[in-house]
Amino acid sequence: MPYIAHDAAETAAMLAAVGVERLDQLFDEIPPVLQVQDMALPEGLSEMALQRELEGRALANAPLRCFAGGGAYAHHIPAIVWEIAGRGEFYSAYTPYQAEASQGTLQVIYEYQSFITRLTGLEVSNASLYDGASGLAEACLMALRIQGGDKSILVPENLLPGWRRVLDSVLGLQDIRLVSVPYDRATGTLILPADAGDAAALIIPQSNALGLLEPVDALTDWAHAHGLLAIAVVNPLALALLKAPGVWGTQGADMAVGEGQPLGIPLSGGGPYFGFLACRKAQVRQLPGRLVAKTVDGQGREGFCLTLQAREQHIRRGKATSNICTNQGLMVTAATIHMAALGGYGLQQTAVLCHERAVRLRELLAGVPGVSLPYGGAFFHEFVVRLPHAAVAVRDALLGYGLLAGLPLSDWGMGEAGDLLVCATELLEEADLLAYRGALTSVLETL
Amino acid sequence: MSDSIFDHDHHVPAVALPSDIPAALLRKTPLNLPNPAELEVLRHYTRLSQKNFSIDTQFYPLGSCTMKYNPRIAHTMAALPGFARLHPDTPAQGMQGLLQVLWELQEWLAATTGMAAVSLTPAAGAQGELAGVAMIRAYHAAHGDHGRRKMLIPTAAHGTNPASAQMAGFDVVEIPNLADGDLDMAFLDQHLGPDIAGIMLTNPSTLGVFERRITEIAARVHGAGGLLYYDGANLNAILGRVRPGQMGFDAMHLNLHKTFATPHGGGGPGAGAVAVQERLRPFLPLPVVAREAAGALRWLDEGDLPRSIGRLSAHGGNIGVLLRAHAYLRRLGRAGVGRVSAYAALNANYLLRELQRVGYQAAFPERRASHEFILSVSDLQKATGIRALDVAKRLLDFGIHAPTVYFPQLVPECLLIEPTETESKATLDRFVTVMAQIRREALEQPELLREAPHHLPVGRLDEALAARRLDVAGGL
Amino acid sequence: MSKIPETLRYSDTHEWVEDLGGGRYRVGITDHAQELLGDLVFVEAPEADKAIRAGAVCGVLESVKAAADLYAPLDGTVVERNDGLGDNPQWLNEDPYGQGWIMVVEADASAGDGLMDAAAYAKIAEV
Ligand SMILES: Cc1ncc(COP(=O)(O)O)c(C=O)c1O
Repeated sequence: MPYIAHDAAETAAMLAAVGVERLDQLFDEIPPVLQVQDMALPEGLSEMALQRELEGRALANAPLRCFAGGGAYAHHIPAIVWEIAGRGEFYSAYTPYQAEASQGTLQVIYEYQSFITRLTGLEVSNASLYDGASGLAEACLMALRIQGGDKSILVPENLLPGWRRVLDSVLGLQDIRLVSVPYDRATGTLILPADAGDAAALIIPQSNALGLLEPVDALTDWAHAHGLLAIAVVNPLALALLKAPGVWGTQGADMAVGEGQPLGIPLSGGGPYFGFLACRKAQVRQLPGRLVAKTVDGQGREGFCLTLQAREQHIRRGKATSNICTNQGLMVTAATIHMAALGGYGLQQTAVLCHERAVRLRELLAGVPGVSLPYGGAFFHEFVVRLPHAAVAVRDALLGYGLLAGLPLSDWGMGEAGDLLVCATELLEEADLLAYRGALTSVLETL
Repeated sequence: MSDSIFDHDHHVPAVALPSDIPAALLRKTPLNLPNPAELEVLRHYTRLSQKNFSIDTQFYPLGSCTMKYNPRIAHTMAALPGFARLHPDTPAQGMQGLLQVLWELQEWLAATTGMAAVSLTPAAGAQGELAGVAMIRAYHAAHGDHGRRKMLIPTAAHGTNPASAQMAGFDVVEIPNLADGDLDMAFLDQHLGPDIAGIMLTNPSTLGVFERRITEIAARVHGAGGLLYYDGANLNAILGRVRPGQMGFDAMHLNLHKTFATPHGGGGPGAGAVAVQERLRPFLPLPVVAREAAGALRWLDEGDLPRSIGRLSAHGGNIGVLLRAHAYLRRLGRAGVGRVSAYAALNANYLLRELQRVGYQAAFPERRASHEFILSVSDLQKATGIRALDVAKRLLDFGIHAPTVYFPQLVPECLLIEPTETESKATLDRFVTVMAQIRREALEQPELLREAPHHLPVGRLDEALAARRLDVAGGL
Repeated sequence: MSKIPETLRYSDTHEWVEDLGGGRYRVGITDHAQELLGDLVFVEAPEADKAIRAGAVCGVLESVKAAADLYAPLDGTVVERNDGLGDNPQWLNEDPYGQGWIMVVEADASAGDGLMDAAAYAKIAEV
């Protein structure tokens, strides 16, 4: 019996101790009409057969060289990251409620919080939310609690559309209005809104969905001048290069939120990733999710424990700052080891490499006949190319060359039909970039 | 002093920042993260891991959490490059293998729960709850029934239930449980009316017993126009045997990180797939996987389900967790799922009997335990002042993880114990021996418990200092 | 047994009220309340000039393991708040009737009429 230890004698002895004869008598309080004998499930497989079947499924996914980003990025993950994160002591532990028996997980989270506060330039980071987009929804709810009374959030039209949809569904449940802030179709960056209405916060994406860098200082100052909070949406790897949200504008952004996946998390078809959320200490009581603090035990030994739990659902129930309980713990463990393994130096080097590869690729693709560059602004590692054919068709044709060429903006209802969002990371070598140019040239010739 | 990663730092040259990005947008201050050598990283985090209790190293009878063995094959399969390196925006024709897995999992979960349709996207139980109550809200709205704002939730329910209902814009009304663990029907009747949106229940309940009048409750709630939500955290108790769909529930979530053996990872990630009856199908959260007539698989989107409650995360949810749950279910198959609940119930009922035999008091002695049960140590508290927390901390000294304490809040000084089906009789017997010894200690040397644990890297921590000083980031 | 000074009056939500004369009342939480909550780590009380209504929530108390609403024991206007509690929430545990006072309220002479004396409160605190 897979994963069950009992032999017949043991089962019999245990049944006797309980005072029943058969296993199904243990369910005698359940009305018989509710009990079913069989379910439409397949027969079980041996481990060997299971492996064979799933290896087949894995191979049915085309292996592609990845030039797609849009919130999920292909990066190198040092071998030690998952070697350690996969250890049973991390992998199979529960949430660290029993602090004395969870010092490993707790210290990892504390170190994670320390890393995130340094990347973002803010004072407090929670222990993770489900992903970047749901993290942004939580940040908006937090801003509304802090501001009190306000009923809307200013949302840029060049925020990743997948994130916007999450805001629509989560914030819509509480009848919170999302007011769109348009972007300049010529530059791709945000236009400062005329007025702030009854908004609690302005969301500032760095970079935006088109890969472009926004004038974050001016946007942050505008938000503060109008009594709004500034919520920075950032890529944690880019923060190794870019100005930390905590020092945007004259006062700094109030919160920073983002998708943690670039920090050692495999693409895995879309998850599990993790969302990070950092804020100022003055606002920590409105922060959703777990938080770890350093303290001492009765003998004065340093140790770590969960803190400010009165914010959370297991104590505050309906009045909690969020319903989140299970978070993305193991992803945070991996991200912490990833940041430590790369070090500050390695993170900066990786970020610089991503940027250089993207600059180079953009230059190469712009040289392909018929391809143009709609935007001229600065970017980190993603940019838009305008193709002379529908980007969807070109993307599909390039699958045949073993390339995931990028994301057609038309899938998001943005830009023009020929616009393709392309990303380059440190994984791509010069030969890969040249291969992309070659493949694109041939595809455009034949389409 | 604990060893910190910030203690391992080596001097590195400065990295030149790109000159084509305006200086005003570039980092102003040094990054200030440590630069340890790889071996230092490896040792530091390996040593930290050794300060944890885990299923792989300890018995972990944590009630409501279903800490069963997480089969390693599931981990190996989820890490196959064909899954792990797949970009979420790969067009469907490039991810048929993954879609096949997800589609099968949807079908199997529907079969196991007796529901019509499944969405795998919620990232954890709480997000599944939010999706579930949002669907209930959308359903009433679609029927022009805007006055239904009340959500009934037992006082003994998990904190996520009221928190999720609140996030979905409902007013929460708590309903008490009776002394035998069942719901107070008179109280229920008082609150059923035209303003009732629904009720959120766990069955077996968080009190470790089966709600015997569930069909009657369902009839009354439906009669008042409300819908029933099933919190699937306790599905391990009835897996392969009883289906929430037949109990009368309209929507539910499954905690795949409990019942379907995916790891807890020190706090997550989980997966909280939702399953619904036909009438709620149009409102399912996106994306959902569908199979076309020709056999090709694709993601359904807003065009296919225009009345969906929408999206809860940027991509398809915690795919890597779903892959593990699929592998587990495929390995067990039809016969294996029934064994899960049978042996989970056997272990729980056996352990309850044995612990009663050595003097512990059951919270519901007249009832059959489900896959878990509650002891109350109020008698110890009266005798020597020993509390549930002290018993829990003392267990750690014996290399056994503590049961859940102080949940459900209803039972004073409670220990909620869930052994799960994957533990052997020998493990349970050792637990009973240790618990018997702790009981003797509680009566004869209570200070031993009050100061426990004695043999772990740290003793009880000063949580008040932690909150007042609030050192939540550091290392400088 | 928790302390219940004879000279104070009490609400059924475990606040104490001290008549300072001249229509001023000092307010805090009882020894029994702080015992129930455990180590307090945070207090949110209304600022000066804020009007409060008897029986209505006017603040929050947070301990390591619990959170509770602070109820106003009488109708009135806050004139002073114990800002020292911000950095020293432990005063509520250590000295609930002294250093751990929460606020001073200005109110009518009849504002506290519904409050209990020590003997009546002792009955509530016992159960
Ligand atoms: C009864 C019950 N309901 C709901 C939940 C919430 O599930 P999750 O932690 O996956 O969000 C839990 C988990 O702890 C639970 O035990």
